[in-house]
Amino acid sequence: MTDLSHHSQVWTYRTPRKRLFIWLGWLALVALFVWCWQIMTETTIWMFVTDAPRQAADMGGRMLPPRWAYLPELMQPLWDTINIATLGTIGGVIMAVPVAFLAARNTSPSVTFLRPVALFIIVASRSINSLIWALLLVAIIGPGLLAGIIAIALRSIGFVGKLLYEAIEETDKRQIEAITATGASQAQILSYGIVPQIMPAFWGISVFRWDINIRESAILGLVGAGGIGLKLNASLAVLAWNQVAVILLLILGTVIVSEWVSAKVRHAII
Amino acid sequence: MLRLIGLSKTYKTGDTALSDVSIDVARGQLVGLIGPSGAGESTLIRCINRLVEPSAGQVMLGDTDLAQLGTADLRRQRRRIGMIFQEYALVERLTVMENVLSGRLGYVPFWRSWLRRYPPADIRRAYELLDRVGLMQHADKRADALSGGQRQRVGIARALAQEPELLLVDEPTASLDPKTSRQIMRLLTEICEERNLPAIVNIHDVPLAQQFMQRIIGLRAGRVVFDGPPAELTETALTTIYGAEDWNAMRQGDEEQAEAQADAKRRLEQVPA
Repeated sequence: MTDLSHHSQVWTYRTPRKRLFIWLGWLALVALFVWCWQIMTETTIWMFVTDAPRQAADMGGRMLPPRWAYLPELMQPLWDTINIATLGTIGGVIMAVPVAFLAARNTSPSVTFLRPVALFIIVASRSINSLIWALLLVAIIGPGLLAGIIAIALRSIGFVGKLLYEAIEETDKRQIEAITATGASQAQILSYGIVPQIMPAFWGISVFRWDINIRESAILGLVGAGGIGLKLNASLAVLAWNQVAVILLLILGTVIVSEWVSAKVRHAII
Repeated sequence: MLRLIGLSKTYKTGDTALSDVSIDVARGQLVGLIGPSGAGESTLIRCINRLVEPSAGQVMLGDTDLAQLGTADLRRQRRRIGMIFQEYALVERLTVMENVLSGRLGYVPFWRSWLRRYPPADIRRAYELLDRVGLMQHADKRADALSGGQRQRVGIARALAQEPELLLVDEPTASLDPKTSRQIMRLLTEICEERNLPAIVNIHDVPLAQQFMQRIIGLRAGRVVFDGPPAELTETALTTIYGAEDWNAMRQGDEEQAEAQADAKRRLEQVPA
């Protein structure tokens, strides 16, 4: 016990130098914030901002009470929206699976050529928002559900493809080695060594993407790609705020249900 | 049966795992490969069925040089070689039966394996093997629901489903407790005897190798430094394989463990029942 006194009682987590750097870092961050705030507020018309609570209350007042009589008219567009999301997801997943196998380092037939091509497809799909895909497709194939479905499918390829190829790369090599050692062909190695290992990821990703697509397809109507967004657009155009309120509540309800379904399914698989 | 001639393997990193290994294995012979970690035992086993590509040398299985084969021929030849792995390497999310039937993949066309429509003869053989390794009632369980010893039995059944002429066994007991290790080694040796199967067993446990193997090959830094029956595996031989320091440390470790076990047993006996 006595030899404890030989040792220092002082121990610090960081050296003084490090502490100084961290302090300077925070200072720089605060300075940056102040500077940005000034630029941001330069063009703000403060009268509008101070007026905001009153405007919001006014809009809220026009929304209330929601025009529930409008609800039956929304059922068909809602059904369209769900169909856009579901069919779009299925289409996207079907296209994403081969892309994922081409992009994964351990299954790609050509790492130097096909893998970059597959990665490019994934990045291209992910970099363009569904709404923009829909804008382009409405211009190409005309307004309607089909444009929405294809827009959702194209946007989903990147998301599903990226997560799936990461799952493929994370598979256990020993299981694949064991299947290879039996004299299995390449296709059999895929179906016995890799597919069983990525099945939980596959279903989890697909259902998750479907859940996201329900939300995204609700607004595609804004650009003419069908679904409940068309009704939203129409109601906004005539300032029928009590109808807008009904539509927003309906979308909220649908999203909650889809989220619940997707959570249930993912829980059941894992 | 199996003849390795001048087998060498140098990895891309420049590490030499095997240099000029020549071994003959006769039908029905059980060969234990021992050596310090990284001495090349694992590489040697994998060079035989070309999970690792040998850099030089011949791998003669019967009259075929496996080292020269193209992809399709290699697949056909791999069917003749069953492999059993450290940590089992079962496809965890498939059932026990699917894992055993996967030993037939080299024999059935893709559509059969995809639809799980195996020929009746294959299914009967799979059931026979499950019965032999004592897992009949677990056939439809998922592989990840089994214990370590049971999984290794599935691994053995999968290798035997290939109707192999040679078994390659990579540290079959590395992740099992001592009792289960012995049971698995006993099962392996019995099965090899029944079928007159030769086996090359990469094994880290020297006493276990001495107990169950007919012939021991010691590797050190990718070279064969000992080849003989277990009885000839003397202190001097073990020192050559493991190096003086490591071997003494290992032996001391064993002694300490034996002492600790004896001590624990004495204490247990003193406790009034």
